[in-house]
Formats: sequence, structure tokens, C-alpha cells
Amino acid sequence: MTERYDVAVIGGGPAGMAAACSAYENGAEKIIVIERDREPGGILNQCIHSGFGLHYFKEELTGPEYAGRFEEMLGKTGARLMLDTMVLKVTQNREIHMMNPREGYSVISAGAVVLAMGCRERTRGAIGIPGTRPSGVFTAGAAQRYVNIEGFMVGRRAVILGSGDIGLIMARRLTLEGAEVLACIEIMPYSNGLARNIVQCLEDYGIPLYLSHTITEIMGKNRVEAVKVQRVDESLKPIPGTEMIFNCDTVLLSVGLIPENELTKEAGIKIDPRTKGPFVFENMETSAAGIFACGNVVHVHDLVDFVTAESKKAGEAAAKYAINGNSAAFNSDSKAIINGENIAYTVPQSIRTGNADKFAEVFFRVKRVFGDSAIEIKDGEKLLKSYKRQHMAPGEMERIIIPGDILLSASGSLTISAKEDEKL
Amino acid sequence: MYDVTIIGCGITGAAAAYELSKFRLSIAVLEKENDVACGTTKANSAIAHAGYDPRPGTKMARLNVLGSELMEGLCRRLNVGYERTGSLVLAFDGKGMKAIEELLDRGQKNGVRELEIISAERTLEMEPNINPGVLAALYAPTAAIIDPWGLCIALVSSAVVNGAALRLNAEVRAIERKEGYFRIETSSGAFETRRIVNASGAHSDKVSEMVTKPFFKIIPVKGEYFLLDKSQGGLVKRIIFQPPDEDGKGVLVAPTVHGNLIAGPTSERASDPEDISVTARGLEKVLNTAARSSGKIDFRESIRNFAGIRASAEIDDFILEISAPGFVNAAAIKSPGLTAAPAIGLEIVKLLHEDGLELIEKEYFREYRSETLFRDMSMEERSEALKREKRFGRVICRCETITEGDILAALKSPVPPVSIDGVKRRCRAGSGRCQGGFCGPRVHEILSRERGVRMEEICQYREGSFLLTGKTKEGGAI
Amino acid sequence: MKKLELERKKTDENGVSAVKELVCIMCPRGCRLKVDESKDYAVTGNACPRGAEYGRKEVTNPTRVVTSTVKVEGAVHARCPVKTDRDIPRPLVRKAVALLDGVVLKAPVRRGDKVVSDILGTGASFIATRNMEASE
Repeated sequence: MTERYDVAVIGGGPAGMAAACSAYENGAEKIIVIERDREPGGILNQCIHSGFGLHYFKEELTGPEYAGRFEEMLGKTGARLMLDTMVLKVTQNREIHMMNPREGYSVISAGAVVLAMGCRERTRGAIGIPGTRPSGVFTAGAAQRYVNIEGFMVGRRAVILGSGDIGLIMARRLTLEGAEVLACIEIMPYSNGLARNIVQCLEDYGIPLYLSHTITEIMGKNRVEAVKVQRVDESLKPIPGTEMIFNCDTVLLSVGLIPENELTKEAGIKIDPRTKGPFVFENMETSAAGIFACGNVVHVHDLVDFVTAESKKAGEAAAKYAINGNSAAFNSDSKAIINGENIAYTVPQSIRTGNADKFAEVFFRVKRVFGDSAIEIKDGEKLLKSYKRQHMAPGEMERIIIPGDILLSASGSLTISAKEDEKL
Repeated sequence: MYDVTIIGCGITGAAAAYELSKFRLSIAVLEKENDVACGTTKANSAIAHAGYDPRPGTKMARLNVLGSELMEGLCRRLNVGYERTGSLVLAFDGKGMKAIEELLDRGQKNGVRELEIISAERTLEMEPNINPGVLAALYAPTAAIIDPWGLCIALVSSAVVNGAALRLNAEVRAIERKEGYFRIETSSGAFETRRIVNASGAHSDKVSEMVTKPFFKIIPVKGEYFLLDKSQGGLVKRIIFQPPDEDGKGVLVAPTVHGNLIAGPTSERASDPEDISVTARGLEKVLNTAARSSGKIDFRESIRNFAGIRASAEIDDFILEISAPGFVNAAAIKSPGLTAAPAIGLEIVKLLHEDGLELIEKEYFREYRSETLFRDMSMEERSEALKREKRFGRVICRCETITEGDILAALKSPVPPVSIDGVKRRCRAGSGRCQGGFCGPRVHEILSRERGVRMEEICQYREGSFLLTGKTKEGGAI
Repeated sequence: MKKLELERKKTDENGVSAVKELVCIMCPRGCRLKVDESKDYAVTGNACPRGAEYGRKEVTNPTRVVTSTVKVEGAVHARCPVKTDRDIPRPLVRKAVALLDGVVLKAPVRRGDKVVSDILGTGASFIATRNMEASE
């Protein structure tokens, strides 16, 4: 006999915990959260810096504090937290195969499933940095774990490749632990990290940020000994003659995050190649009925607060699905969201109007940096609504609210685009 | 005093040790690195070639075909990854057509079985994702994909289980000929031995010169590769070659026994035998050439780039001979050296015998079977394993589903790993798409705990490739 | 060589700094602020009052919340994360972190436990930011 739960959440990080809490608040009774690590909290445990919670808790918390609060909330729901447990398979009929050292292999079933497995870091192999392959090349997150959780130093002289937030945060962390951070190298002409982190992690410590530069060679026989850095042209190709050598023993890679969807793909759930996460509807339901997804498994977020908000939405919908089964709203008319000019992706990718009669929330990223600008929603050529922005960048997720009446008025699909504001 | 000392524990040295350990001999294997399979054996195409490439009449031709025949049985007995996928050499133009006809002729002369030229239609039916501009292909059903380091580890483990002594971190510095024996000076002590097998790969010219007059020179040739995610692993079912050019067999595209896709190698003269750096130009060449075989490879799914050194020499054959009394060279073992290894092992035994080595077979020779990974076990085997060791239930490497039990089994094996990469080569922890991003620190911790060595002393691969430089909170802030 | 300078000084012909430019970090919007030192640190470019406050403070008396770790014994992990319970002047950050070197906590630790009191006379304390249970 497989044990049955109302809602099963895969992943006990911020997304999974928020989804489980929200499922409980919305009436789900038997809830399980399955976490592969030995403690809940996910990556927040190693994000010891502050800056979390300004939106959700209206105060500035560190990662462990944010995780701790949710752990306590989760504790009050009576949800079962299965730690040290790896989910090996999820099926479309919502069976979950999992394993841990205590119970071995087991299978449960659930009324609704929430996927909250998070993301992983892009590696050297993914971006193909030429040179030798010495030790001392770490993804920023792996280095963060060594430094913050285990108390080890990963190097003495570091160069950071990529200006993602974890890389910036680690630049400061290593500096304050006595390492020298020589430079942060970013291939794009703009930073991918939050302005706050550029200021407080690099500027405060005099660490130069080289935009439009990249590492073109890693040198060193056993341990990293140096890196070669070159300026890149507009097509991101290294420009000869711009070589600089940094003598360092460590390279941290902060070159992007990829939603971790191996379980999702194996379950046959539709993936959006732009986000590399599951295609989702307005309530975070995936292409498989009753299977929802939230957090970085759907798309990579900059702020955990947005993860929480999205996950509460998923948890609520999962509870409703588990209690009511497939409701009429779930099968209502759907409006696809088309990525117009300058839009890299949107989440959700489609909105079912029966579930969004009052409004729908859409998250997206732009493809380049904008100053004064406008976001436009169109039905074909017809402009339905526009939103003003003073600044937009690919590194900062945008959010708009589409009123229900506008949604209903659209004929079949909505196109979102971004452009410079002409009136200014 | 050893009867035979093998210098170098790549695939050649391991195959020699394996064959020799079947006899009542005292054997030593000297390896300069802290683990076996650290040179060419860990960085190659992972292919058992059918045998149509080498010129007929060469040792390479004979040993390739024999090795290819022996390979499957050997891999099965040692529980090493092997899959007879077959290979295709694609012809896209008149020159290519001529080339595959020549290969067919050579292959037939070399005694390769079941070789044939097939039509474009049949080629595309077999491999729908390859370049539709193909005119015809040479089909070799006997070609296979294998796990090279897995085989090397299993071979030397078998030798060790049967009494051979493996000396790691023992770089040979000098060899002195004494009365009826040799004295080998290494970085970790001296050894005396009656006979020597030189299987030191890219360094085999240097080692040979410690005993013989210089008579060959190793020309290190570098080959760069892409390894792609399992999402690309199913793109082709067979090893896809293009016609060979002056640089070698050219860039291939093939599935690996681990489910990934491999593309490479380039062929560039290397500055030194240890130069395994990858270059932007080399990677671009692989990318462009592989795209001719199949335009559907998504190189954004790359998980690793690497380069390997092929130990070529001026002569286009293996140097496999008694070069001096008591001294057998197994040098210039370039491609198809991996395929030929099982046959080279036998050949070395034959040469030693010719040199006067007495061979008395052991009554009891036990082959070492590699551990089956938990994920590859049957349901019954899994529950047995879990009863024996609870930690088979803890997944450490999530990309490859490798459990702590698998890592512990590797650490208890006859030739246990000492480094993070050593663990990876034995049980694949860290070889998946995140390349150890998540499991690296956990594997590190397990290695430190089980070996009783401080975290700071654990290396990524060889000595000096340390990961940690100290502890935090030791006075760094000011 | 292009170096991003978010906080660069605009100088007039006499080389005297007049206006400081910086990016507001109070929210992800990232307003480009201009703080005019000659006009009593008047802030322009801000979209909300928090920006004006930040701009003035960042130029006159920048402060930071400092996070780090301390050694902990008897817990599953070797380090316990800590933070200052309020922001401290930016020039004191390194000295404040150095105070943590000699600290060794014993598990169990509760979130909010004081680790170092009155950091360098600022009145701020380092407090633990997570619970660390005693391991068996």
C-alpha cells in the first residue's frame, strides 16, 4: 500500500516550505515535504548575508533567519518533513518514488504535487573556459558552502568570473576572511547582480568590476596559478591585444543558474526552453494536471521574497486541487503570453481566465538594459495597457499585474514587449 | 626483488599486470601519480575500434583486431561498461567515398569481421540525426564504446587481488642495470627487479633511455574533446566518424557507456607530454567538425571539456618488443592502444617469456569484478545492499544518482581512490551535469572522514591540487 | 579598460567635487541618485523619500549590517552564522569582523543569541542568525 498525502512538496528550500505552509492554510491536511539535504532551508542556509525578506516580512533578514522563520511556520502546520531523502521519480499520476538511509526505497501518492527542487549553478564545462584544469576553480555556491557552513577557506587570491549575486557576495565574504579578491569579470556590458551587491560587495572593498571582459585562459598545473582576461567585442569575442594576467590561486564562477528539472522532464512535463523550467499556468500548475511548480525550479529569481509569493500561489492551488479535484476554472479559456520585443521570458506562459478573473500577475525578464521605458501589453496590434519603468535590466526580474477585464478582452493571446519611453 | 616491474599504470600497464598476475610471479606496478589511469587512459574517445584503420601487417592492426575480439568478454568478466554499438564512417564527397573504400579494403586485410559499405538511405535509417548529405558509410558492427578508466582500474585491481604490488606516487628517476637484475630509483624509494615492462605512455622514450640507447622519440599529440549532457546522449546510437585525414581518425561523435555524448578529438602537436589544456581554437574545431556529422548537437549542453595526450612516435606502429635483455618496451601506444590493450597484455607476457621469464600458471586466479552501482542494481540487489549498508539509501551525487554506499564501496576496493577525481572515476560521483557543484563538498567530507585525512589535505586529483587553503576565523579580517 | 564606477565624483574645472552619483539600493528599482555636497547634500533622482535618506546617509555616514560566522562546537556544522543587530559605520566593518575570530560557541545555539556585545563601542551586537542543535 502506498501512503497517500493531500499535497506532496519536493524540496524543502524556501519555495517548498512556503508552498507547504500555503497548502496548509488553504485546507490541505496531510502534507509532506521531501528534502534531499539533512536540514531544510536549501541554499538559504549558506546565504548568511542580509537582504532577504524586505518585501515579505518587511524587515531585512539573513538567509538562515528567513529559512528559520519558515521552518517554524512549517513546524506549526504538522506537515511531515522528510530529510536526507532523495526523490528518484515523479509520475503524472502523482506517485513519488524516494529513498533515504532510514526507510530505504519507498513510494507515496499525493492529491497534488508541488515541484520545488531549485536550481544548480552553471559550471566551467558549460561555458568552456580554455586552459588547464587545475584545482581551485569553484562555482560560487560550492565555495560559499565551504566557507559559510564548513568554515574552510577556498583560496587566498581569487578572481570572480561573472557578476551574479552569489559571486558578488562571495567577493565580500572572501575579502573579510582575509583573501584578496583581485577582480570581478563580467562578459556582458552590464552587471547581472543587484545594484546593492555591486555597491556593498565590490565598491566597499575596492574590488574592480571589469564589464565586457572574460577569462580566456586558466593556467596552472595542479592548482590555479593565473588567469588571462581579455576584453570582448560586441559579439562577445575576445579582442586580441587586451590581455591581462591575474596571478591568483582561485577562480569562482558565478555564471548563471539553471533550474533543476530532471524529475520534471522524466515525468513528461512540458519545459519552456527559455526558462529551462516547466511551462506553467497562472496558478503555477504545470502541463500535468495536479502537478505544480514554484521557485527557482520554474525560473531563476533574484529575490527570495518573490519565490515565497510564487510558492504560496502554487501551494494554494495545490491544496485546492487536492481538495476539489479538477475544477471548472482549471479548464477555462487560456490566453497564451507571447514574448514580444526585448522580452526574454515570462512566467506564467499562459493564463486561464477562469482562474484569473480579477487579475493575473506576470513575471518576466528583459533582454537588455533600459532607462525610462514602457512595458506594453498588446492583443495583436492593439495596445491594451502600458506600464512605465525608470530602469530595467536583465538581472532584475520585472513584475506586472494584468487586470481581469483586460485579460478577458483579449482575443486569444497577449503579447508583452518592452521599449524605450518615447514621450520622455 | 620482483620478477617483473611494470612502469606506468595506464591501460597498457594495467593489462600487463593483469595477465602477469595469472602466473606465479612477484610483480610490481610503479605509477608516478597518486592513482591509476591518470594519463591518456582517462582522456580519450572511450572507443573499442573495429580495426580497419591501421595499415595491414603492423602490430597495431593485429593487436587492434585481437583486442577488439577480447574486449567484450574481458569487460563482462570485470563488470566494466561495454556496449557493442558499431561504428559508421560517413562519406560526404568523392574523396570521402574513396577513403571509406580504402578503409574497407584495409579492414578486410586486417581481418575485421562484418565490415560493409552501406547506402545513404540505410545510414540515415540507422542514424536519423546525422547530416542528411551523407553519400554512403563504412559500417563496422564490431566497434564498441567502453569505460577506459573503469577497465584500467578493474585490470590493476585484479592484479592487486592476485598479489601484485601497486606503488603509487613512485616516479621513476633512474634505472641501473645490475648483475642479472635492475635497480629502479623512484620518488618513493628504490626497487629491485629482474625484468621491466616500460608502459609509461607519453614518457616512455625517457624511461627507455634509462636502459637502452635512444631509438625513438615520443611526439605528444593533444586531442581536445567536448562531453555533453545526457540530454544529447541519445542523438546517435553508434560511433560516428568522418574519413580520416593526415591528423588521425578525425573528429568523432559517439554516445558514452555512461549515457553522455562525446565529440572530439582534435589532433595538435603538444608542447609537452603533460599539456592537457584545452584551447578556444581546438574547441571551436571540434564544434565545427562535429556539426558536419550531425547538425543537431546542442553544444550548450556541454558539461565538460578536456584534452588527452596521445603518445605517438615517428614510426607508425606500436613499439612493442624486447629492447634490451630483461627490458620490454610497450611504447608509442597511441590509438588504437585502448582497444588493443587486452591483446597487448598477452603480447607482453609472450615477450617476457621469450626473454626467458618462466611462466607457471597459478591454480587459483581470481578476477576482480567492479562494484555495481546502486542505481544499476536490480530491486532485489538494492534491498540486499540496503540491509548490508544503510548508506546506500543516501544519494550524494544527485545528477548521477550515486549513493554514499557506492562511494564507501569504492573506498574499500583493492585500489581505493585518494582524490575527488579518483572517487569520480570509480563511481561517477561528480561526473554529471553539475560537475560536482553540489556533491563535491560532500564527497570531500566522506573522503576526509574515511581516509582519516584532514579536509585541507584532500586533493582534486594529483598531489598539489588541493581544494582548501585553511580555515575561516583565523585572523583574516584585518 | 572599462571599469564600472557607480560612485564616481563629478568634478568641476577646479577639481573640486560637487556632486556624487550613486545607485540607490533601498529597493531593486535602483534609482540613479545625485547628491550635491554644496547644497547641503540635496538628493535628486530618487523616486521615494527612502532614496533621499539613503543618498544623504551614504555620502555623509555610510553604515552596513555586517554578517559573518563564528566557530561552534558540538553542532552538525563547524560554523554558526551571525550578524550585527543594527548597522554599524562602514569604516568599522573589518575591525568588527576581526572580533569574531576568538569566539567559540557551544551548541545548542538559538537564533538571536548574543555573540559579541557592544561592537567597538557602537552599541550594536553580533547575534546568531540560526538555531544550531547539539549533535549527539
